[in-house]
Amino acid sequence: MTIREVVKLLDAQILCGEEHLDTEIHTACGSDMMSDVLAYVKDQSVLLTGLLNPQVVRTAEMMDMLCIVFVRGKRPEQPVIDLAEQKGIVLLSTEKRLFVACGILYTNGLGG
Amino acid sequence: MGGVCFEYDVDGENFASAGNASESVKRTLKQLGVSPASVRRVAIAMYEGEINMVIHAHGGKAAVEIFPDHIEIRLIDRGPGIADIDLAMKAGYSTATENIRSLGFGAGMGLPNMKKYSDEMTIDSAVGVGTTVYLRINF
Repeated sequence: MTIREVVKLLDAQILCGEEHLDTEIHTACGSDMMSDVLAYVKDQSVLLTGLLNPQVVRTAEMMDMLCIVFVRGKRPEQPVIDLAEQKGIVLLSTEKRLFVACGILYTNGLGG
Repeated sequence: MGGVCFEYDVDGENFASAGNASESVKRTLKQLGVSPASVRRVAIAMYEGEINMVIHAHGGKAAVEIFPDHIEIRLIDRGPGIADIDLAMKAGYSTATENIRSLGFGAGMGLPNMKKYSDEMTIDSAVGVGTTVYLRINF
């Protein structure tokens, strides 16, 4: 699916990276522990998390991820959004909880 | 023949800037045409090291040397040192504070992960003096 479809499915707000919404994605992962993302994630292109600090964007960047979804209605501060914008990473925010957001994407065909 | 050398200061007081050095190395390797898989291994291994220096050792230096077929990274700090390196290498073992965990790190995966993504890794450490981690990653 495309990132645009993720936005629709999760009823998400786009915080930055609007120009990349048509990028195709195939896999995602959900975690609040960046250490685990760095240790266990392989080629996932979307990260769903409740964590808001700049290292979330750094972690995603090191893993070549394309999109971060902040769950539970969370929004990072502007410097974090600016960093993502600079790296070409799409930031989304959804009111849904981590488990629910992951479930919706999984049942709609996104792999783990 | 020597490689191309870069040196970075890793600011131990600024958690937000941790990753700057790794990001710069990542970009350089990409520009040099190193394969994406190798670039990612380098980026993750070095980023974990940078995070370690910030959360455990008040920062330090990263000395990077890029060769045509591999990269050598030395992460040098004057932090507290590692008393038991074997224990520190155990997956899941961490001395990170609750505060660090709340930032998403300190799962005890940093050093094992650096080993996993590198072809050679050595740790030279003395308590009260500091730690130097050497990483070699073949392209």
